[in-house]
Amino acid sequence: MASTGNRPARDFGLGLLALAVFGAIAPWIGLYPVFVMKALCFAMFACAFNLLLGFTGLLSFGHAAFFAAAGYAAGYALKVWGWSTLAGLGFAVVCAGMLGLVVGALAIRRQGIYFAMVTLALAQMVFFVFLQSRFTGGEDGLQGIPRGDLLGLIDLSNDLNLYFVILGVFLATLAGCYRIVHSPYGQVLKAIRENEPRALSLGYRVDRYKLLAFVLSATLCGVAGACEAIVFQLASLTNVEFVISGDVLLMTLVGGVGTLLGPVVGSFVLVAMESYLAQFGSWVTIIQGSIFLICVMAFRAGIVGEVIKFLQRRDDRSKARMAEGALPSST
Amino acid sequence: MEIFGIPLQAMLGQLLLGLVNGSFYAMLSLGLAVIFGLLNIINFSHGAMYMMGAYLAWMMMEYLGLGYWWSLAAAPIVVGAFGVLIERVLIRHVYKLDHLYGLLLTFGLALVIEGVYRDCFGVSGQPYGVPEALRGATNLGFMILPNYRAWVVVASLLVCFLTWFVIERTRIGSYLRAGTENPRLMQAFGVNVPRMVMLTYGFGVALAAMAGVLAAPIIQVSPLMGSNVIIVVFAVVVIGGMGSILGSILTGLALGLIEGLTRVFYPEASATVVFVIMALVLLLRPAGLFGRES
Repeated sequence: MASTGNRPARDFGLGLLALAVFGAIAPWIGLYPVFVMKALCFAMFACAFNLLLGFTGLLSFGHAAFFAAAGYAAGYALKVWGWSTLAGLGFAVVCAGMLGLVVGALAIRRQGIYFAMVTLALAQMVFFVFLQSRFTGGEDGLQGIPRGDLLGLIDLSNDLNLYFVILGVFLATLAGCYRIVHSPYGQVLKAIRENEPRALSLGYRVDRYKLLAFVLSATLCGVAGACEAIVFQLASLTNVEFVISGDVLLMTLVGGVGTLLGPVVGSFVLVAMESYLAQFGSWVTIIQGSIFLICVMAFRAGIVGEVIKFLQRRDDRSKARMAEGALPSST
Repeated sequence: MEIFGIPLQAMLGQLLLGLVNGSFYAMLSLGLAVIFGLLNIINFSHGAMYMMGAYLAWMMMEYLGLGYWWSLAAAPIVVGAFGVLIERVLIRHVYKLDHLYGLLLTFGLALVIEGVYRDCFGVSGQPYGVPEALRGATNLGFMILPNYRAWVVVASLLVCFLTWFVIERTRIGSYLRAGTENPRLMQAFGVNVPRMVMLTYGFGVALAAMAGVLAAPIIQVSPLMGSNVIIVVFAVVVIGGMGSILGSILTGLALGLIEGLTRVFYPEASATVVFVIMALVLLLRPAGLFGRES
């Protein structure tokens, strides 16, 4: 295995490059930029969520709260305070991180299934707070958020300009996730996922690691949420509903829990599905539910997970064949 | 007569409404606790089963002309049978996996059920009349008591008490408790544990359906009624902890009452008060009021 030590890094680099190339040509091969931007925002959201579920083993059912909070914060800063786009984005990300700190500090006091229920309940509380607060515009939400420009150089009201900025933010977020997962800190998170009591007995302050993972995840959700609000120039209550927390969970599950590129694939699949099925109304819910059932019953590795498994099997087979071939020459 | 500037009549009315909601919370969290005890999964589709109970009552009235009392008897049986089927076909296969998969599976199930009902009946609520025998109100002197609401509280307390009695005081209940402690040993003693698990799921779901029928004349019967209530019930379960049957009943009732009181004194917070209490309990007593730290 020593010779394949830097293999994940190379694979990930290739994957990132492929995504960048695909992203750069996407508008010219008939993909509508706003659609791709939506998928990219949800991909960031799902990657942030996967940081928690896939790499720390914590199932949060309340990530919609961070996504939406960042959207509102960005919208308010841009629309009411008239901040620049970059400052609004930064403010939104900080807000999401702070909210993550509060929710995370409460939620990590319980484990497993209770953790999921606590995050769900706290997110529902955030929903009611946003519903009743004046700054969110209640049922109307914040509409007509100005997109602004990037450092006075690039006009973001142009879809294509904004598209490339969002693509850049997405690639940076993905690289950031890779960095976190493959750092010593990420290794500790994996240890906690695999066996929390053992990690505790080795002297790791498990609660602090979990809390930091939660805050990081919420912060990255904030990046996604703020971008989404800027793209659609809208921050509304729809994003706080727990259905969104379910959506991001499904994206991660379909793409592959605990793989870096899985959430990206999953979000593209589901955003595409939603936009094609929108005309069928409640059938979207039925199909999503069925996909949940299929994923849990028979497809737990997800798309990317299955591909990785397949590649590994092929690798093993070719190694075995090489060993066989080497046998006669050595005798 | 006034208390803190609030007319007594209005306050008692809200308290009664709180108690009614509390009885639903109690029945639902009781079902969740019973299922969790034996199956070790949180039944996310509990809200959907509650909604199915209410819809069965409505459909029996609409299509078959069968009244409230028929539905109260039949809906729990039908939904319970559906639960048994679901356990057999789906849930049984995830016991050996991480508990979170049980949550995901039942979440998907809830989406499917809710989607089907939304497709068939739309999102708008359907009215369901109060049964003949329980119409009207009784004047107690200090307040007017709507008969149906009083019946809901009495009926659900009775059901909760019966469930507690069966689990804590009878032979079947002793099997159930033993199965919660150590299913393998139970199996070794010759008890058919898989069948017990299946029936337990059916029973827990039947409780939810019964709560749905009880709720049908009070709230509008709509496909969304389940997901609205289930999140509050989750918070109730976190507050109470699922270790004790009596605990989950008491927590449900108490939180309903607190919600009712909040609606009197500070209506803006009535939707969030349960979640605030949950946060406080997590800070002060992380295992829950009646829970045991595992």
